[in-house]
Amino acid sequence: MQQQLTEIRWHARAGQGAVTAAKLVAETALELDRYIQAMPEYGPERMGAPIQAFTRISEDPIEIHNNIEHPSVVVVLDESLLPIVDVTSGLAPGGVIIVNTCSAPAVLRSVLGVADDAVVASVDASTISQDTLKRDMPNTPMIGALAKLTGIFTLEQVSDHLAKTFGKKFSQEVIDANVAAVTRAYEEVQAS
Amino acid sequence: MSWDVSKIGEWKNDEFPRGAVIPDSGNSRDYVTGGWRSERPCRDDAKCTQCLFCWIYCPDSAVNVADEKVTTFNLDHCKGCGVCANICPVDAITMVPEGCELPEVK
Amino acid sequence: MPKQKTIAATGNVLVAEAMRQCAPDMMAAYPITPQTTIVEEFAKFVANGRVHTEYVTVESEHSAMSACIGASAAGARVMTATSSQGLAYMWEELHIASGMRLPIVMANANRALSAPINIHCDHSDIMGARDTGWVILFAETAQEAYDNTIMSVRIAEHPDVLLPVMTTLDGFITTHSIDRAEVMDDETVSAFVGQYVPENALLDPERNVTHGAFAGLGGPYFEFKHSQRLAIERSRDVVKSVGAEWSEISGRPFGMVETFGMEDAEVAIVVIGSTAGNARHVARGLRAQGMKVGVVKVRCFRPFPYAELVQALSGVKAVAVLDRAESFGAEGGPLYLEVRSALYDLATRIPAVDYIYGLGGSDVKTELIERVFNDLADIAAGTAEPAGLVYLGAR
Repeated sequence: MQQQLTEIRWHARAGQGAVTAAKLVAETALELDRYIQAMPEYGPERMGAPIQAFTRISEDPIEIHNNIEHPSVVVVLDESLLPIVDVTSGLAPGGVIIVNTCSAPAVLRSVLGVADDAVVASVDASTISQDTLKRDMPNTPMIGALAKLTGIFTLEQVSDHLAKTFGKKFSQEVIDANVAAVTRAYEEVQAS
Repeated sequence: MSWDVSKIGEWKNDEFPRGAVIPDSGNSRDYVTGGWRSERPCRDDAKCTQCLFCWIYCPDSAVNVADEKVTTFNLDHCKGCGVCANICPVDAITMVPEGCELPEVK
Repeated sequence: MPKQKTIAATGNVLVAEAMRQCAPDMMAAYPITPQTTIVEEFAKFVANGRVHTEYVTVESEHSAMSACIGASAAGARVMTATSSQGLAYMWEELHIASGMRLPIVMANANRALSAPINIHCDHSDIMGARDTGWVILFAETAQEAYDNTIMSVRIAEHPDVLLPVMTTLDGFITTHSIDRAEVMDDETVSAFVGQYVPENALLDPERNVTHGAFAGLGGPYFEFKHSQRLAIERSRDVVKSVGAEWSEISGRPFGMVETFGMEDAEVAIVVIGSTAGNARHVARGLRAQGMKVGVVKVRCFRPFPYAELVQALSGVKAVAVLDRAESFGAEGGPLYLEVRSALYDLATRIPAVDYIYGLGGSDVKTELIERVFNDLADIAAGTAEPAGLVYLGAR
């Protein structure tokens, strides 16, 4: 039962949009008729403080409501968290870890010290974000990288959902910039 | 409506109005409180200027008025508090003790 | 024809949506974590003209419930929401609302009580209100929180009941997690809840009535309490029939007690709230390995479904009760006391263990539930004695 359960843990600093990303991923999956959960780590939030957020995606109804302890995917939005937060904690066998960094995956692997069966991926989401969104907001590009590495949804499905939800609040320019950011991260993410 | 409470002593749980609501108004008149009194007001018609202060101030609305003039006190509801005597600007009301020679107020 | 749409939303957003669809005449609420987003969302609906509710801002929960009582006595359909210290601060008004037989509907985001200060989930707040005369429903999921809220209006306003109802959901776990849920169209909800026709509205100029009268020494206070007992007893059938009716419309099941695997279970966990899902998840796994385990979820806590519980549990060899609240000095937590009392009528005594768990949001790890089932298997096999009261997972 629930073999298709994907559990994602997001690491970020408050203000980088991890909660929004966790939510966007869940909503995109919902449009594919998946069952979903998305929750922030509930604590006092101060801009810049390390935070976590979680997403669950499944083919079947999700019954568990506890914290994600053995994520199949870990997404790190801020490289500076690596020395202070144990981002690989509980990573499931064969799990995927994606970090926003300009380091190559091989370098990242030695820094993280994960098991050989873990997939380590790097993407320079901050630079992509600066180029496209004109500010460092790495959350949406990381969704592009997530799509590429996990296949939980396609690039097109992410872009469509972004256009749909952002369309209510933002200008076409902002939507295009986000879609461009997601696309570049999808294309540029490297794994080892 | 008229709320018949004559058998209230025999009512069981669900016979009472739900939530202790009193589904009628004006029925405090039926509750005779005059027996609580130890003194009753006595008005001297000669001194009285008919200013109606006693009528205004009486907390139990127990001053009877007809044609804008005080007539009697409603002794079914007067509790003998003495507010009328106290407020009277011409001392026309005095409080006199209830005596056993006086008729029992029911 | 009912039309439903599938959305991703938090439990609080869904409760606010259900409240909007039930269109209360008045709401008075004071914000408190983790209830805040319910009243925030609802206030937005009012501000945007999406619901014609008189939204009364107050300076405390004590005032919130007082205002609700006044408005309900005046004849309005009234709703509010609170949590934790807020619910505790309402305590005296909770009794007044039920004693005056006012069909107020209140959502509670279940949260721990201070001290020490804690904003996370447990059932200490709501269990403290269990004897206040309110009907109390528990939601496992955001979907159930939505459904329970809509049903609450019908239960509260039913002429056989006329009691206030609390519809509760677990703080953060259910209030703040985004979950998949189905939302009914406005017309269907509106037709389901109907119009509230008060029996003794204070604002009826044709009939002057008194609310809040004295029934003291020698008066019928005792009889009024008896009639409250009879009303909450009658609410059993109303909860069931309203639940069945909503089930029929929504396609989602409702039971005062909902079971999993109980057809052949040898051991069972009794649980309320979001942890029921965790328990079912674990039970599913253990059953796949051949262990005959089951889960009994109590969805309606007041009135307590004794008969349904006994029916579900008769035949098991051992039962564990998961309590997310304390009843310090009692034999166990509040749910345990109810369950043990229900089992008293069975001819065969079933060994029962109470597990106090998850206080102050302490995480309900899968391993903890597995441990409970394993303990039960040992008791059922006769290789262990019931442990009495266990603080599950405490260091």
